[in-house]
Amino acid sequence: MKMSRFIIIGILLGITLYKSEAVSWFRIYEMFHFQSFHMYGIICSAIAVGVVMVQLIKRFHMKSVEGVEIKFNPKDSHWPRYIIGGTIFGLGWALAGICPGPMFILLGSGYTVLVVFLLAAMTGTFVYGYFRDKLPH
Amino acid sequence: MPEFLLQLKDFISQPWLWYVAGPMIAFIMFLLLWMGREFGISANFRVMCAADGADNLADFFKFDWSSQGWNLLVALGSVFGGYLAATYFTPNQVAHVSEATVESLKNLNMNFDTGQVPLVPDFYSWEALFTLKGLLVIVVGGFLVGFGARYAGGCTSGHAISGMSALQLGSLYALIGFFTGGLIMTYFIIPLIF
Repeated sequence: MKMSRFIIIGILLGITLYKSEAVSWFRIYEMFHFQSFHMYGIICSAIAVGVVMVQLIKRFHMKSVEGVEIKFNPKDSHWPRYIIGGTIFGLGWALAGICPGPMFILLGSGYTVLVVFLLAAMTGTFVYGYFRDKLPH
Repeated sequence: MPEFLLQLKDFISQPWLWYVAGPMIAFIMFLLLWMGREFGISANFRVMCAADGADNLADFFKFDWSSQGWNLLVALGSVFGGYLAATYFTPNQVAHVSEATVESLKNLNMNFDTGQVPLVPDFYSWEALFTLKGLLVIVVGGFLVGFGARYAGGCTSGHAISGMSALQLGSLYALIGFFTGGLIMTYFIIPLIF
């Protein structure tokens, strides 16, 4: 089935982040203390390989499986939303030691209490959506 | 089980080094681009809000969320992946953090022997949810992650991986924000509340 490929990609993501310990609160704590290269290595090598892949896609005008040329929509680079929103995200990331991907992964590994984290994150998203017009962007 | 499958299982069960995981994450991003989609997990929170009826309350949630079902499937897949990794591929649930980290955890009254730091802290539990620390980590942490990710327009996957790979300036700003917030929390707030 066409949709099952997304489940397989998700499984791959789950195993990768679990086995590289990126799901661990302690690894995030270590990263923010600059006590190991591990997390920086993961992020930097992902970006390095990712940059090459994106450049190749652009250079060869690669098409997606649906036959459409893969496009990268430039994001608005007006900075306030990224800095303010990013800082708020960072506060939560360091406190909880998980970002959205690892939350789903740990939920699957048996930490059912993270359902509460998911509900809290949805609440946060909702509050942002509700007050969006009043916030600086 | 055939011998080669057991060997494969042992091979996967080792801790994955950064230069295995990083390129694998980039490959996952590539697979999604190839499918005509963009890697970004936190967008699911918006979809879940919209699907629960938030589209009646705020315009931000009025979008064609049913076209985002694929991203929910990626999230669902990662739930399975977490189950598989924890159940079959991780014989000892240990985070192999550095000696320096083991030492500085002692300042937070978390005393572990070297090599014995668990992968998941004990405050991710239903019992801990009713303590101040558990409540802050899970409820306040979750709220900040959900609020901040949508405010910034993406999380670690959407900005740090997808956006940076496409050399988006906005994603660099977001990453600077992630670390600003993370360092403030780590150095000034966590020592107060742990």
